[in-house]
This record gives sequence, structure tokens and C-alpha cells, in this order.
Amino acid sequence: MELADLIYKTILVICVFGLALFVAMYSTYAERKIAAFLQDRVGPNRAGPFGILQPLADGVKMFMKEEVIPGVSNKWLFILGPSLAMLTACMTGVVIPWAPDFISESGKRYNFYITDVNIGILYLLGVVSIGVYGIMIGGWASNNKYSLLGALRASSQMISYEIAMGLSIIALVMTTGTLSVNEIANQQLGLWGWNFWSQPLGFLIFLICAFAETNRAPFDLPECESELVGGYHTEYSSMKLGFYLFAEYINMFISSAVMATLYFGGYNFPIIYNYISDPLWISIVGFLVMMAKVSFFIFLFMWVRWTLPRFRYDQLMHLGWKVLIPLSIINIVATGIWMYASGKIH
Amino acid sequence: MQSLTNRSKVVVKKEMSLWERLYLPAIFSGMMITVKHLFKKKATVKYPEVKREFAPIYRGQHVLKRDEHGAERCTACGLCAVACPAEAITMVAAERKPGEEKLYREEKYAAVYEINMLRCIFCGDCEEACPKEAIFLTDRIVPTDYDRKKMVYGKDILVEPVNQRVDVSKRQTKEVLEFKKHKEYAHNQ
Repeated sequence: MELADLIYKTILVICVFGLALFVAMYSTYAERKIAAFLQDRVGPNRAGPFGILQPLADGVKMFMKEEVIPGVSNKWLFILGPSLAMLTACMTGVVIPWAPDFISESGKRYNFYITDVNIGILYLLGVVSIGVYGIMIGGWASNNKYSLLGALRASSQMISYEIAMGLSIIALVMTTGTLSVNEIANQQLGLWGWNFWSQPLGFLIFLICAFAETNRAPFDLPECESELVGGYHTEYSSMKLGFYLFAEYINMFISSAVMATLYFGGYNFPIIYNYISDPLWISIVGFLVMMAKVSFFIFLFMWVRWTLPRFRYDQLMHLGWKVLIPLSIINIVATGIWMYASGKIH
Repeated sequence: MQSLTNRSKVVVKKEMSLWERLYLPAIFSGMMITVKHLFKKKATVKYPEVKREFAPIYRGQHVLKRDEHGAERCTACGLCAVACPAEAITMVAAERKPGEEKLYREEKYAAVYEINMLRCIFCGDCEEACPKEAIFLTDRIVPTDYDRKKMVYGKDILVEPVNQRVDVSKRQTKEVLEFKKHKEYAHNQ
């Protein structure tokens, strides 16, 4: 790799990292605003115009809070927990293509993904499954029954839903014929090229699993305050708590991006290429289209959170094991039959 | 069994159909309800900027009135303190000296007049008991404080300044004045 490429990639890494943090930061604001609007309230509106400085104020508050590490906890693991949660949350964004490739006049190709590994989807699933360790270690190291129960719930929930998630992606991989996220995004040209149309059930399963994986309502049992105080982060305070909460929002952003890329064409949008010819503008508009799709999914996450009540734990397990996994297997079989019937495989 | 009221209903626990067991239609209609609220008018009143109008009989912070010449009306008779169910009012009476006629309306006046705002329940009985039209409850809100001692309001806060009269005409309507003449109506007698 040349030095110029190295610098370009470094800048890109910093940009994606910054983007993830920025979006997560403003997701907290958006969450509070949307919660307020859905409940006929106004929401935070004191810090800055319309309260847009609220995330900064929250961050400052988090840093100023007293940091408590329980004496009976395992200190090393106690610190490792939120760090791991944050680390895995930030790692998943690596394979996502954020904008169409830009080819400069000198013929140099700039691509807007950090890396395009040919097993991109496997990498995604792999990193997501490490995410459970952050919660598990944090909950266990707290040496507190609520934390432990929360961590137990989180880990079993995440592991259960990972299976259905993986199976729903298998059907997608069958139709696309590739594991590279960038290629999947490239394939979905035009509105009818979106994978959603060929995999509606797969998308639905993936969506439900994404809610469960990010521990969002209606699957937010790990931090179910009426039963478990704070769940796995009961003992956490100050910025370590902030890391856990922040990791959840980054996860939400990344899974929105994954959903947009895998099922809704990523940066592709039907009409724009008819009107724009300048490659730079195609990249910029493509990025904006991608962000619009991501924003919609983030909104969907919040919308669902303020609509649905929380599941009971046995209902959660029932849904995961007895409904979603059989459904996703049926989906795979149906996809296979459909592909055979339409002559895509022989 | 015969029902006592005619409002009883027979409850049936129906088996859900497959469509209902899918839950997705129900979830979708629920989400439609919530998204409608996104565009509804907000119920919040942005308080310090927007203030809601008080009821005309709102009972807020007390004022000790002066008469038209600027002399204090209160004669420290103590009827308000007696009427006060929360025992929030205390006072020390003093005799008016020659030359103080402009300050105090009658020969006796309250040298100290204190209302403990933490005890006060803003019932307005003091106002009703007062024979001299000296104490009124106004539409001003009592501000909070971190210090209990500061919540005992003395004459420095309660007596209206000469140049900044507090309007109590809303509380001195004809009906009220007529009512106050008939002390037998008052519930504390």
C-alpha cells in the first residue's frame, strides 16, 4: 500500500469513527425529542436553540459525575466491560460502504469503505457476537445480582437472536451470491433492485433481530428497570455508564446502516443518476442518500421504542427460538425453490 | 346470579386468529397512532417565556396594603394570626409615636409582621379575617429558596412599596366586600 493510500485510509477511518460518534451523540438528542413528540411534549429545548447542545451538556455531566468502582467488583474486568462494548460497537462500521466510489480525473479510484473484505457479512456477524462480551463481563464483574441477571438476559437474548439473524442473512447471500457488503450494495441499482423486494421476510426477521441485538425496546429486558434496577449497568457510573449507553446508540447507527446497505440499496437511489453526471457529486449525493436511509431506520428504532411495551422474557425466547428461527429456515428453503424455479441455479 | 347494577358484561376469552397472533398488524396500527402524535399540538407550556393566565381568585404571595396616603393599614389586631389554620403568621404590635401619622394609619401598628411561607397553605383566611383591608393574597408566585430562614417573610417583603402599589382590585369586588361585612358567613366562626 502506498503512503498516499495509507493516509487516505487513515483519514477515512477517522471520518467514519467521527461520524459514528457524532450520529450516536445526536441520536441521544433525537431519541429524547422523538419520545417527547410522540407523547405530545416538547423535549429538551434549553441548551442552545431547540436544545441542540443537549448532547454536549449530557457529555459534560457524564464526565463530571463521581466515578464509583465497587470494592467487591473485579476492577480489571469492570473497566474492560464498557471498553469492550464501545470497541466492538465502533468496529462494525468498517465494512460498510458509505458512498459510491469516486474516480478522479487522473483515474485514481477513491472508495468510501474502510475495507472490503470478501467475507464482509461474516465479519459483521463475528464482531456483533463479540459485543455480547462487553455486557457479560461488565455485568459479571459488578458482583451484583441485578447486574448479573441483566447480563445473563442480555447474553442469552443476543446469542438466541444471532442465530435467526444469521439465517435470514443466508437467504440474502443466496440471492446476491456474495459476502462482500460493498458488492451487495453495488448490485442493488434502481428502486426495484433493492434486496428488500426479493427478501421481505428476511428483512423483517433481520429487523426484529437487530432490535434484539441492540437491546432496544421492545427487547430491552437486559436493562428492564422495573425488575432489574439498571440491568447490567446498575453499578456503573460516570463515563463508564456513558460508554454503555453510547455503545447502544452506535450499535443502533451501525445496524441501521447495515439494514440500509443489505436490504435497501445502501447509497443507491433510483432517480439521482439520471440527473447527476459529475462523479464527485454522485459520491456526495450517494452519501446523503445513505444517511437519509440510516436516519429513517434510526427513527424507526425510536418510533418502535415509544410504541411497544416490553416483552416478557419467556415471550422473548419463544419468539426467538420457536418463531423466528423456523421462519428464517422456511425463508431459506423458499428462496432456494424460488431461485431454482426462476432458473438462477441449476 | 342477579346483577346489582345493570352494567355487568359477560367477558369472553377468545382464541386469537392467526392474523391476530401475527401481531404485526396490531403493531403497525399502534405505530400509526404514535406517529400521529408526532404532528399534534404539544401540550407543554414553555413556562418562563409563556405564562398561563391565573384564575381571578388565585391565591399567591401576600401583600400588606397601604392606604391612599401611603400609610400602613395593618393595626396588628392579630385576627389574621388567629384565623390562620397553619399558624404561619406572627406579629409584634407597637404604639405609633407622634409624627409617624404618615407611616401608620392608626395608633397601633405591627412593628414585626412575619408569614412563614413554608407553613402557609394559601387558604386566604387571613384576608377574610382582616377588618382593616390590610392583607391580601395576590397573583404573585412565592419563589423557592435553599434556606428555610429566608422563607419567613417579614415586612420588608410583605408591605407594598409606596411607588409600586400591588393591584388587589380583583379580590375586592363588591360581592367580596359585602361578604366580608357578614362575619357570620365565614366558616371559621
